[in-house]
Amino acid sequence: MTWHTFFAMGGYAFYVWGAYGFATVVVIWNVVSAIRKRRTVLKMLREFALAEQAPKEGTGQHYASE
Amino acid sequence: MYKYASPKNFYVLAGQLIPWLGIITLVLFATGLYLGLYVAPPDYQQGDSYRIMFIHVPAAWMSMYVYVMMAGAGLVGLVWNIKLADMLATASAPIGASLTLMALVTGSLWGKPTWGTYWVWDARLTSELLLFFLYLGFIALQAAIDEPRRSARAGAVLALVGVVDIPIIHFSVIWWNTLHQPASIGALNRIISPTIYPTMLHPLLINSLAFFLFYYMVVLMRMRGEILARERHTGWVMQIVRASAEAAR
Amino acid sequence: MPQTLLGTARCIFRRDLTLAARKPADVATPLAFFVIVTSLFPLGVGPEPNVLSKLAPGVLWVAALLASMLSMGRLFAADYADGTLEQLTLSPHALTPIVFAKVAAHWVTSGLLLVVLSPLLAMQLSLPGQATWTLIATLLLGTPVLSLLGSVGAALTLGVRGGGVLLSLLVLPLYTPILIFGAGAVTASASGLDTTAYFSLLGAFLLLALAFTPWATAAALRISLD
Repeated sequence: MTWHTFFAMGGYAFYVWGAYGFATVVVIWNVVSAIRKRRTVLKMLREFALAEQAPKEGTGQHYASE
Repeated sequence: MYKYASPKNFYVLAGQLIPWLGIITLVLFATGLYLGLYVAPPDYQQGDSYRIMFIHVPAAWMSMYVYVMMAGAGLVGLVWNIKLADMLATASAPIGASLTLMALVTGSLWGKPTWGTYWVWDARLTSELLLFFLYLGFIALQAAIDEPRRSARAGAVLALVGVVDIPIIHFSVIWWNTLHQPASIGALNRIISPTIYPTMLHPLLINSLAFFLFYYMVVLMRMRGEILARERHTGWVMQIVRASAEAAR
Repeated sequence: MPQTLLGTARCIFRRDLTLAARKPADVATPLAFFVIVTSLFPLGVGPEPNVLSKLAPGVLWVAALLASMLSMGRLFAADYADGTLEQLTLSPHALTPIVFAKVAAHWVTSGLLLVVLSPLLAMQLSLPGQATWTLIATLLLGTPVLSLLGSVGAALTLGVRGGGVLLSLLVLPLYTPILIFGAGAVTASASGLDTTAYFSLLGAFLLLALAFTPWATAAALRISLD
Protein backbone atom coordinates (compact mmCIF):
# COMPACT_ATOMS: atom_id res chain seq x y z
CA MET A 1 0.00 0.00 0.00
CA THR A 2 1.43 3.37 -0.92
CA TRP A 3 0.83 6.61 0.94
CA HIS A 4 -1.24 7.75 -1.97
CA THR A 5 -3.71 4.90 -1.78
CA PHE A 6 -3.78 5.25 1.99
CA PHE A 7 -4.81 8.88 1.80
CA ALA A 8 -7.26 8.22 -1.03
CA MET A 9 -9.27 5.82 1.18
CA GLY A 10 -10.76 4.08 -1.83
CA GLY A 11 -12.32 7.33 -3.01
CA TYR A 12 -13.89 8.11 0.36
CA ALA A 13 -11.06 10.39 1.46
CA PHE A 14 -13.30 13.40 2.11
CA TYR A 15 -15.70 11.50 4.36
CA VAL A 16 -13.13 9.40 6.21
CA TRP A 17 -10.61 12.19 6.77
CA GLY A 18 -13.40 14.66 7.40
CA ALA A 19 -14.77 12.45 10.17
CA TYR A 20 -11.35 11.78 11.68
CA GLY A 21 -10.45 15.44 11.34
CA PHE A 22 -13.58 16.53 13.16
CA ALA A 23 -12.94 13.93 15.86
CA THR A 24 -9.42 15.32 16.28
CA VAL A 25 -10.79 18.83 16.64
CA VAL A 26 -13.23 17.68 19.34
CA VAL A 27 -10.49 15.80 21.20
CA ILE A 28 -8.15 18.80 21.12
CA TRP A 29 -10.94 21.17 22.12
CA ASN A 30 -11.69 19.01 25.15
CA VAL A 31 -8.08 19.01 26.34
CA VAL A 32 -7.48 22.70 25.64
CA SER A 33 -10.71 23.86 27.26
CA ALA A 34 -10.02 21.71 30.33
CA ILE A 35 -6.53 23.20 30.69
CA ARG A 36 -7.82 26.70 30.13
CA LYS A 37 -10.57 26.24 32.68
CA ARG A 38 -8.08 25.50 35.46
CA ARG A 39 -5.79 28.31 34.28
CA THR A 40 -8.58 30.89 34.32
CA VAL A 41 -9.62 29.81 37.79
CA LEU A 42 -6.04 30.10 39.02
CA LYS A 43 -5.64 33.48 37.38
CA MET A 44 -8.85 34.71 38.94
CA LEU A 45 -7.81 33.45 42.37
CA ARG A 46 -4.41 35.13 42.01
CA GLU A 47 -6.15 38.42 41.31
CA PHE A 48 -8.47 37.89 44.27
CA ALA A 49 -5.48 37.22 46.50
CA LEU A 50 -3.80 40.42 45.30
CA ALA A 51 -6.96 42.43 45.88
CA GLU A 52 -7.35 40.95 49.33
CA GLN A 53 -3.84 41.76 50.42
CA ALA A 54 -4.62 45.45 50.98
CA PRO A 55 -7.90 45.24 52.96
CA LYS A 56 -7.79 42.09 55.05
CA GLU A 57 -11.59 41.75 55.33
CA GLY A 58 -13.93 41.86 52.38
CA THR A 59 -13.87 40.17 49.00
CA GLY A 60 -13.44 36.61 50.18
CA GLN A 61 -16.12 36.89 52.81
CA HIS A 62 -19.27 36.03 50.90
CA TYR A 63 -17.72 32.98 49.25
CA ALA A 64 -17.13 31.46 52.64
CA SER A 65 -20.84 31.09 53.22
CA GLU A 66 -21.13 28.55 50.44
CA MET B 1 -10.48 4.82 49.71
CA TYR B 2 -12.62 7.18 51.74
CA LYS B 3 -9.88 9.76 52.22
CA TYR B 4 -9.84 10.49 48.49
CA ALA B 5 -13.36 11.87 48.88
CA SER B 6 -11.86 15.05 50.36
CA PRO B 7 -11.43 17.66 47.63
CA LYS B 8 -7.79 18.24 48.55
CA ASN B 9 -6.72 14.61 48.30
CA PHE B 10 -8.79 14.19 45.19
CA TYR B 11 -7.11 17.21 43.61
CA VAL B 12 -3.66 15.78 44.31
CA LEU B 13 -4.55 12.23 43.25
CA ALA B 14 -6.22 13.44 40.05
CA GLY B 15 -3.13 15.50 39.27
CA GLN B 16 -1.02 12.35 39.54
CA LEU B 17 -3.44 10.21 37.50
CA ILE B 18 -3.94 12.60 34.59
CA PRO B 19 -0.50 12.18 32.94
CA TRP B 20 -0.80 8.39 33.09
CA LEU B 21 -4.30 8.46 31.67
CA GLY B 22 -3.00 10.77 28.96
CA ILE B 23 -0.14 8.46 28.01
CA ILE B 24 -2.31 5.32 27.96
CA THR B 25 -5.01 7.10 25.96
CA LEU B 26 -2.47 8.33 23.46
CA VAL B 27 -0.98 4.85 22.99
CA LEU B 28 -4.44 3.32 22.61
CA PHE B 29 -5.52 5.96 20.10
CA ALA B 30 -2.33 5.43 18.09
CA THR B 31 -2.84 1.65 18.06
CA GLY B 32 -6.54 1.92 17.30
CA LEU B 33 -5.97 4.36 14.45
CA TYR B 34 -3.17 2.26 12.99
CA LEU B 35 -5.28 -0.90 13.11
CA GLY B 36 -8.45 0.83 11.96
CA LEU B 37 -7.08 2.99 9.17
CA TYR B 38 -4.19 0.87 7.94
CA VAL B 39 -4.43 -2.79 8.95
CA ALA B 40 -8.17 -3.49 8.72
CA PRO B 41 -9.19 -4.42 5.15
CA PRO B 42 -11.85 -2.44 3.27
CA ASP B 43 -15.42 -3.66 3.75
CA TYR B 44 -16.73 -5.68 0.80
CA GLN B 45 -19.82 -3.47 0.49
CA GLN B 46 -18.85 -0.08 1.85
CA GLY B 47 -15.21 0.04 0.84
CA ASP B 48 -13.13 2.29 3.05
CA SER B 49 -16.01 4.50 4.19
CA TYR B 50 -16.87 2.07 6.99
CA ARG B 51 -13.67 3.12 8.79
CA ILE B 52 -15.64 6.06 10.16
CA MET B 53 -17.28 3.46 12.39
CA PHE B 54 -14.10 3.24 14.47
CA ILE B 55 -14.75 6.70 15.87
CA HIS B 56 -18.48 7.06 15.30
CA VAL B 57 -19.47 4.04 17.39
CA PRO B 58 -17.17 4.74 20.37
CA ALA B 59 -18.31 8.38 20.37
CA ALA B 60 -21.96 7.30 20.35
CA TRP B 61 -21.38 4.78 23.13
CA MET B 62 -19.48 7.28 25.23
CA SER B 63 -22.09 9.99 24.68
CA MET B 64 -24.64 7.75 26.40
CA TYR B 65 -22.23 6.52 29.05
CA VAL B 66 -21.32 10.08 30.00
CA TYR B 67 -24.97 11.04 30.38
CA VAL B 68 -25.55 8.09 32.69
CA MET B 69 -22.43 9.07 34.67
CA MET B 70 -23.76 12.62 34.87
CA ALA B 71 -27.12 11.46 36.19
CA GLY B 72 -25.50 8.98 38.59
CA ALA B 73 -23.11 11.60 39.94
CA GLY B 74 -26.03 14.02 40.18
CA LEU B 75 -27.97 11.50 42.25
CA VAL B 76 -25.03 10.93 44.59
CA GLY B 77 -24.60 14.70 44.96
CA LEU B 78 -28.32 15.15 45.60
CA VAL B 79 -28.72 12.37 48.14
CA TRP B 80 -25.42 12.43 50.03
CA ASN B 81 -24.55 16.03 49.36
CA ILE B 82 -21.05 15.19 48.08
CA LYS B 83 -19.46 18.17 46.36
CA LEU B 84 -17.12 16.04 44.24
CA ALA B 85 -20.11 14.22 42.74
CA ASP B 86 -21.70 17.56 41.82
CA MET B 87 -18.45 18.62 40.18
CA LEU B 88 -18.23 15.33 38.30
CA ALA B 89 -21.72 15.89 36.88
CA THR B 90 -21.00 19.49 35.89
CA ALA B 91 -17.63 18.63 34.38
CA SER B 92 -19.08 15.73 32.39
CA ALA B 93 -21.71 17.77 30.55
CA PRO B 94 -19.52 19.63 28.02
CA ILE B 95 -17.48 16.48 27.35
CA GLY B 96 -20.62 14.43 26.78
CA ALA B 97 -22.10 17.12 24.55
CA SER B 98 -18.92 17.30 22.46
CA LEU B 99 -18.85 13.50 22.07
CA THR B 100 -22.50 13.56 21.01
CA LEU B 101 -21.67 16.20 18.45
CA MET B 102 -18.77 14.03 17.28
CA ALA B 103 -21.11 11.06 16.88
CA LEU B 104 -23.54 13.24 14.91
CA VAL B 105 -20.97 14.74 12.56
CA THR B 106 -19.11 11.48 11.91
CA GLY B 107 -22.44 9.67 11.48
CA SER B 108 -23.52 12.26 8.97
CA LEU B 109 -20.19 12.01 7.10
CA TRP B 110 -20.63 8.25 7.04
CA GLY B 111 -24.21 8.68 5.89
CA LYS B 112 -23.31 10.56 2.72
CA PRO B 113 -21.49 7.65 1.00
CA THR B 114 -23.84 5.08 2.53
CA TRP B 115 -27.25 6.66 2.01
CA GLY B 116 -26.42 9.37 -0.50
CA THR B 117 -27.34 12.25 1.84
CA TYR B 118 -25.72 13.78 4.88
CA TRP B 119 -28.77 13.44 7.01
CA VAL B 120 -31.27 10.63 7.20
CA TRP B 121 -33.75 10.38 10.05
CA ASP B 122 -32.15 7.12 11.03
CA ALA B 123 -32.95 5.84 14.52
CA ARG B 124 -29.38 6.06 15.80
CA LEU B 125 -28.73 9.56 14.48
CA THR B 126 -32.11 10.86 15.65
CA SER B 127 -31.53 9.49 19.15
CA GLU B 128 -28.11 11.13 19.21
CA LEU B 129 -29.64 14.42 18.11
CA LEU B 130 -32.16 14.31 20.95
CA LEU B 131 -29.39 13.35 23.37
CA PHE B 132 -27.48 16.40 22.18
CA PHE B 133 -30.52 18.56 22.98
CA LEU B 134 -30.69 17.01 26.45
CA TYR B 135 -27.04 17.91 27.04
CA LEU B 136 -27.68 21.46 25.84
CA GLY B 137 -30.60 21.74 28.25
CA PHE B 138 -28.44 20.58 31.16
CA ILE B 139 -25.61 22.97 30.30
CA ALA B 140 -27.99 25.89 29.76
CA LEU B 141 -29.77 25.25 33.06
CA GLN B 142 -26.55 25.07 35.04
CA ALA B 143 -25.18 28.15 33.28
CA ALA B 144 -28.34 30.12 34.08
CA ILE B 145 -28.11 29.54 37.84
CA ASP B 146 -25.27 31.39 39.55
CA GLU B 147 -25.57 29.89 43.01
CA PRO B 148 -23.35 26.76 42.77
CA ARG B 149 -25.37 24.55 45.09
CA ARG B 150 -28.70 25.25 43.46
CA SER B 151 -27.11 24.93 40.02
CA ALA B 152 -25.72 21.49 40.85
CA ARG B 153 -28.92 20.21 42.39
CA ALA B 154 -31.20 21.56 39.66
CA GLY B 155 -28.93 19.95 37.07
CA ALA B 156 -29.07 16.66 38.95
CA VAL B 157 -32.87 16.58 38.91
CA LEU B 158 -32.91 17.38 35.20
CA ALA B 159 -30.29 14.71 34.43
CA LEU B 160 -32.25 12.13 36.42
CA VAL B 161 -35.48 12.91 34.57
CA GLY B 162 -33.47 12.76 31.36
CA VAL B 163 -31.87 9.43 32.16
CA VAL B 164 -35.30 7.89 32.78
CA ASP B 165 -36.57 9.42 29.56
CA ILE B 166 -33.62 8.43 27.34
CA PRO B 167 -34.56 4.73 26.99
CA ILE B 168 -38.13 5.79 26.28
CA ILE B 169 -36.96 8.31 23.69
CA HIS B 170 -34.69 5.71 22.12
CA PHE B 171 -37.46 3.14 21.97
CA SER B 172 -39.92 5.68 20.54
CA VAL B 173 -37.48 6.76 17.89
CA ILE B 174 -36.82 3.16 16.82
CA TRP B 175 -40.55 2.51 16.62
CA TRP B 176 -41.12 5.71 14.66
CA ASN B 177 -38.19 4.90 12.38
CA THR B 178 -39.35 1.39 11.49
CA LEU B 179 -42.79 2.82 10.62
CA HIS B 180 -41.54 5.54 8.35
CA GLN B 181 -38.48 3.99 6.75
CA PRO B 182 -38.85 0.25 6.80
CA ALA B 183 -35.44 -1.39 7.28
CA SER B 184 -33.55 1.54 5.81
CA ILE B 185 -30.00 0.75 6.77
CA GLY B 186 -28.59 -2.33 8.35
CA ALA B 187 -25.02 -1.38 7.48
CA LEU B 188 -23.85 -0.76 11.02
CA ASN B 189 -25.82 -3.68 12.40
CA ARG B 190 -24.29 -5.91 9.77
CA ILE B 191 -20.75 -4.86 10.59
CA ILE B 192 -21.23 -5.01 14.36
CA SER B 193 -22.57 -8.53 14.42
CA PRO B 194 -21.30 -11.68 16.12
CA THR B 195 -19.52 -12.58 12.90
CA ILE B 196 -17.49 -9.35 12.81
CA TYR B 197 -13.91 -9.92 11.69
CA PRO B 198 -11.26 -9.57 14.40
CA THR B 199 -9.38 -7.10 12.21
CA MET B 200 -12.44 -4.85 12.39
CA LEU B 201 -13.39 -5.65 15.98
CA HIS B 202 -10.00 -4.91 17.54
CA PRO B 203 -9.66 -1.28 16.44
CA LEU B 204 -13.26 -0.70 17.51
CA LEU B 205 -12.64 -2.04 21.00
CA ILE B 206 -9.28 -0.29 21.36
CA ASN B 207 -10.73 3.03 20.28
CA SER B 208 -13.65 2.56 22.64
CA LEU B 209 -11.26 2.02 25.53
CA ALA B 210 -9.26 5.04 24.38
CA PHE B 211 -12.38 7.24 24.39
CA PHE B 212 -13.35 5.85 27.77
CA LEU B 213 -10.00 6.76 29.36
CA PHE B 214 -9.98 10.05 27.48
CA TYR B 215 -13.26 10.99 29.14
CA TYR B 216 -11.82 10.26 32.57
CA MET B 217 -8.69 12.22 31.82
CA VAL B 218 -10.59 15.31 30.68
CA VAL B 219 -13.21 15.06 33.41
CA LEU B 220 -10.47 14.92 36.06
CA MET B 221 -8.80 17.94 34.49
CA ARG B 222 -12.06 19.86 34.52
CA MET B 223 -12.84 18.78 38.07
CA ARG B 224 -9.46 20.07 39.25
CA GLY B 225 -10.39 23.50 37.95
CA GLU B 226 -13.81 23.23 39.54
CA ILE B 227 -12.28 22.18 42.90
CA LEU B 228 -9.98 25.22 42.93
CA ALA B 229 -12.91 27.52 42.25
CA ARG B 230 -15.17 26.04 44.90
CA GLU B 231 -12.54 25.53 47.60
CA ARG B 232 -10.94 28.93 47.11
CA HIS B 233 -11.39 29.92 50.75
CA THR B 234 -9.42 26.93 52.08
CA GLY B 235 -5.79 27.10 53.09
CA TRP B 236 -4.48 24.50 50.68
CA VAL B 237 -5.99 26.23 47.64
CA MET B 238 -4.51 29.53 48.80
CA GLN B 239 -1.12 27.80 48.96
CA ILE B 240 -1.53 26.60 45.37
CA VAL B 241 -2.57 30.09 44.32
CA ARG B 242 0.46 31.58 46.06
CA ALA B 243 2.76 29.03 44.44
CA SER B 244 1.32 29.77 41.00
CA ALA B 245 1.74 33.49 41.67
CA GLU B 246 5.40 32.84 42.46
CA ALA B 247 5.78 30.83 39.26
CA ALA B 248 4.06 33.53 37.22
CA ARG B 249 6.40 36.19 38.52
CA MET C 1 -57.70 25.25 56.33
CA PRO C 2 -58.47 21.53 56.03
CA GLN C 3 -56.11 19.33 57.98
CA THR C 4 -56.01 16.20 55.82
CA LEU C 5 -53.66 15.78 52.93
CA LEU C 6 -56.47 15.12 50.49
CA GLY C 7 -58.32 18.13 51.80
CA THR C 8 -55.31 20.36 51.24
CA ALA C 9 -54.81 19.02 47.74
CA ARG C 10 -58.47 19.55 46.90
CA CYS C 11 -58.35 23.02 48.34
CA ILE C 12 -55.33 23.94 46.22
CA PHE C 13 -56.94 22.44 43.13
CA ARG C 14 -60.06 24.60 43.63
CA ARG C 15 -58.02 27.67 44.47
CA ASP C 16 -55.95 27.36 41.28
CA LEU C 17 -59.09 26.90 39.18
CA THR C 18 -60.64 29.98 40.78
CA LEU C 19 -57.52 32.00 40.16
CA ALA C 20 -57.44 30.87 36.53
CA ALA C 21 -61.11 31.79 36.12
CA ARG C 22 -60.34 35.28 37.39
CA LYS C 23 -57.61 35.76 34.82
CA PRO C 24 -59.13 34.34 31.64
CA ALA C 25 -56.60 36.14 29.45
CA ASP C 26 -53.74 34.04 30.91
CA VAL C 27 -55.66 30.87 30.12
CA ALA C 28 -56.60 32.02 26.65
CA THR C 29 -53.13 33.03 25.44
CA PRO C 30 -51.72 29.50 24.89
CA LEU C 31 -55.01 28.51 23.25
CA ALA C 32 -54.80 31.44 20.87
CA PHE C 33 -51.23 30.40 20.14
CA PHE C 34 -52.44 26.87 19.34
CA VAL C 35 -55.05 28.21 16.91
CA ILE C 36 -52.72 30.70 15.25
CA VAL C 37 -49.86 28.24 14.74
CA THR C 38 -52.08 25.62 13.14
CA SER C 39 -53.72 28.27 10.96
CA LEU C 40 -50.32 29.36 9.70
CA PHE C 41 -49.54 25.96 8.22
CA PRO C 42 -52.02 26.08 5.33
CA LEU C 43 -50.60 29.51 4.50
CA GLY C 44 -47.12 28.02 4.46
CA VAL C 45 -47.68 24.75 2.64
CA GLY C 46 -50.69 25.60 0.47
CA PRO C 47 -54.40 24.89 0.87
CA GLU C 48 -54.61 21.46 -0.86
CA PRO C 49 -56.74 19.26 1.41
CA ASN C 50 -54.63 16.14 0.59
CA VAL C 51 -51.42 17.76 1.72
CA LEU C 52 -53.05 19.28 4.78
CA SER C 53 -54.73 16.09 5.93
CA LYS C 54 -51.39 14.32 5.61
CA LEU C 55 -49.61 16.95 7.69
CA ALA C 56 -52.48 17.46 10.13
CA PRO C 57 -51.55 14.88 12.81
CA GLY C 58 -48.01 16.17 13.11
CA VAL C 59 -48.95 19.84 12.90
CA LEU C 60 -51.71 19.56 15.49
CA TRP C 61 -49.55 17.60 17.87
CA VAL C 62 -46.52 19.86 17.53
CA ALA C 63 -48.73 22.92 18.03
CA ALA C 64 -50.34 21.33 21.09
CA LEU C 65 -46.86 20.50 22.43
CA LEU C 66 -45.67 24.08 22.02
CA ALA C 67 -48.87 25.57 23.43
CA SER C 68 -48.66 23.29 26.44
CA MET C 69 -45.00 24.17 26.93
CA LEU C 70 -45.75 27.89 26.72
CA SER C 71 -48.46 27.61 29.35
CA MET C 72 -46.08 25.90 31.81
CA GLY C 73 -44.49 29.18 32.86
CA ARG C 74 -47.80 30.09 34.52
CA LEU C 75 -47.80 26.98 36.73
CA PHE C 76 -45.69 28.28 39.62
CA ALA C 77 -44.77 31.83 38.59
CA ALA C 78 -47.52 33.74 40.45
CA ASP C 79 -47.21 31.64 43.60
CA TYR C 80 -43.47 32.06 43.50
CA ALA C 81 -43.70 35.82 43.10
CA ASP C 82 -46.09 36.39 46.02
CA GLY C 83 -44.46 33.90 48.38
CA THR C 84 -47.34 31.39 48.43
CA LEU C 85 -45.04 28.69 47.13
CA GLU C 86 -42.61 29.22 49.97
CA GLN C 87 -45.50 28.85 52.41
CA LEU C 88 -46.60 25.65 50.73
CA THR C 89 -43.16 24.08 51.04
CA LEU C 90 -43.19 24.98 54.74
CA SER C 91 -46.61 23.40 55.32
CA PRO C 92 -46.62 20.18 57.36
CA HIS C 93 -47.96 18.22 54.39
CA ALA C 94 -45.81 16.48 51.82
CA LEU C 95 -45.16 18.65 48.81
CA THR C 96 -45.83 15.93 46.24
CA PRO C 97 -49.67 15.87 46.52
CA ILE C 98 -49.71 19.65 46.50
CA VAL C 99 -47.68 19.63 43.29
CA PHE C 100 -50.03 17.03 41.91
CA ALA C 101 -53.07 19.21 42.65
CA LYS C 102 -51.43 22.24 41.05
CA VAL C 103 -50.51 20.33 37.90
CA ALA C 104 -54.01 18.85 37.69
CA ALA C 105 -55.59 22.29 37.96
CA HIS C 106 -53.15 23.62 35.40
CA TRP C 107 -53.96 20.79 33.01
CA VAL C 108 -57.70 21.49 33.29
CA THR C 109 -57.04 25.10 32.30
CA SER C 110 -54.58 24.31 29.51
CA GLY C 111 -54.38 20.74 28.16
CA LEU C 112 -58.07 19.99 28.50
CA LEU C 113 -58.99 23.19 26.67
CA LEU C 114 -56.55 22.26 23.89
CA VAL C 115 -58.39 18.95 23.58
CA VAL C 116 -61.72 20.78 23.35
CA LEU C 117 -60.38 23.09 20.64
CA SER C 118 -58.63 20.39 18.62
CA PRO C 119 -61.64 19.06 16.56
CA LEU C 120 -62.17 22.55 15.17
CA LEU C 121 -58.56 22.77 14.02
CA ALA C 122 -58.64 19.19 12.75
CA MET C 123 -61.53 20.21 10.54
CA GLN C 124 -59.56 23.20 9.27
CA LEU C 125 -56.78 20.84 8.23
CA SER C 126 -59.21 18.32 6.64
CA LEU C 127 -58.38 15.50 9.03
CA PRO C 128 -60.80 12.57 8.44
CA GLY C 129 -63.57 12.10 11.03
CA GLN C 130 -62.23 8.84 12.44
CA ALA C 131 -58.77 10.34 12.93
CA THR C 132 -60.27 13.34 14.70
CA TRP C 133 -61.66 11.06 17.40
CA THR C 134 -58.21 9.49 17.73
CA LEU C 135 -56.69 12.96 17.96
CA ILE C 136 -59.04 13.87 20.81
CA ALA C 137 -58.31 10.62 22.63
CA THR C 138 -54.51 10.85 22.21
CA LEU C 139 -54.51 14.47 23.33
CA LEU C 140 -56.56 13.47 26.37
CA LEU C 141 -53.94 10.87 27.27
CA GLY C 142 -50.90 12.85 26.13
CA THR C 143 -51.42 16.41 27.35
CA PRO C 144 -51.42 15.37 31.05
CA VAL C 145 -47.98 13.84 30.45
CA LEU C 146 -46.86 17.10 28.86
CA SER C 147 -48.11 19.04 31.89
CA LEU C 148 -46.43 16.63 34.29
CA LEU C 149 -43.06 16.69 32.50
CA GLY C 150 -43.36 20.42 31.99
CA SER C 151 -43.92 20.93 35.71
CA VAL C 152 -40.40 19.63 36.39
CA GLY C 153 -38.96 22.16 33.97
CA ALA C 154 -41.15 24.94 35.35
CA ALA C 155 -39.99 24.17 38.89
CA LEU C 156 -36.32 24.04 37.88
CA THR C 157 -36.43 27.35 36.01
CA LEU C 158 -38.30 29.30 38.72
CA GLY C 159 -36.80 32.75 39.01
CA VAL C 160 -33.95 31.85 36.67
CA ARG C 161 -32.98 34.39 34.05
CA GLY C 162 -34.17 33.53 30.55
CA GLY C 163 -36.66 31.15 32.14
CA GLY C 164 -39.06 30.87 29.22
CA VAL C 165 -36.61 29.92 26.49
CA LEU C 166 -34.64 27.80 28.93
CA LEU C 167 -37.81 25.90 29.81
CA SER C 168 -38.35 25.02 26.16
CA LEU C 169 -34.79 23.74 25.90
CA LEU C 170 -35.25 21.55 28.96
CA VAL C 171 -38.68 20.23 28.22
CA LEU C 172 -39.07 19.82 24.47
CA PRO C 173 -36.56 16.94 24.06
CA LEU C 174 -38.34 15.12 26.88
CA TYR C 175 -41.65 15.54 25.06
CA THR C 176 -40.57 13.65 21.94
CA PRO C 177 -41.98 10.19 22.86
CA ILE C 178 -45.43 11.71 23.41
CA LEU C 179 -45.22 13.50 20.07
CA ILE C 180 -44.15 10.32 18.27
CA PHE C 181 -46.92 8.16 19.66
CA GLY C 182 -49.61 10.84 19.73
CA ALA C 183 -49.10 11.92 16.14
CA GLY C 184 -48.36 8.32 15.12
CA ALA C 185 -51.74 7.14 16.41
CA VAL C 186 -53.58 9.87 14.50
CA THR C 187 -51.67 9.05 11.31
CA ALA C 188 -52.37 5.35 11.74
CA SER C 189 -56.04 6.03 12.34
CA ALA C 190 -56.24 8.26 9.26
CA SER C 191 -54.94 5.37 7.14
CA GLY C 192 -57.36 2.95 8.80
CA LEU C 193 -54.78 1.05 10.85
CA ASP C 194 -55.10 -0.35 14.34
CA THR C 195 -54.15 2.11 17.09
CA THR C 196 -54.32 -0.12 20.17
CA ALA C 197 -50.55 -0.27 20.61
CA TYR C 198 -50.25 3.53 20.52
CA PHE C 199 -52.91 3.93 23.17
CA SER C 200 -51.33 1.30 25.40
CA LEU C 201 -47.99 3.08 25.18
CA LEU C 202 -49.46 6.53 25.76
CA GLY C 203 -51.32 5.10 28.75
CA ALA C 204 -48.08 3.59 30.05
CA PHE C 205 -46.31 6.96 29.69
CA LEU C 206 -49.13 8.63 31.60
CA LEU C 207 -48.83 6.14 34.46
CA LEU C 208 -45.04 6.51 34.53
CA ALA C 209 -45.31 10.30 34.54
CA LEU C 210 -47.96 10.20 37.27
CA ALA C 211 -45.72 8.03 39.40
CA PHE C 212 -42.46 9.94 39.04
CA THR C 213 -42.84 13.54 37.93
CA PRO C 214 -44.79 15.01 40.90
CA TRP C 215 -42.00 13.74 43.09
CA ALA C 216 -39.30 15.19 40.82
CA THR C 217 -41.18 18.49 40.63
CA ALA C 218 -41.46 18.64 44.40
CA ALA C 219 -37.71 18.02 44.69
CA ALA C 220 -37.06 20.70 42.06
CA LEU C 221 -39.28 23.20 43.90
CA ARG C 222 -37.40 22.63 47.14
CA ILE C 223 -34.13 23.20 45.30
CA SER C 224 -35.39 26.38 43.66
CA LEU C 225 -36.73 27.78 46.92
CA ASP C 226 -33.78 26.74 49.04
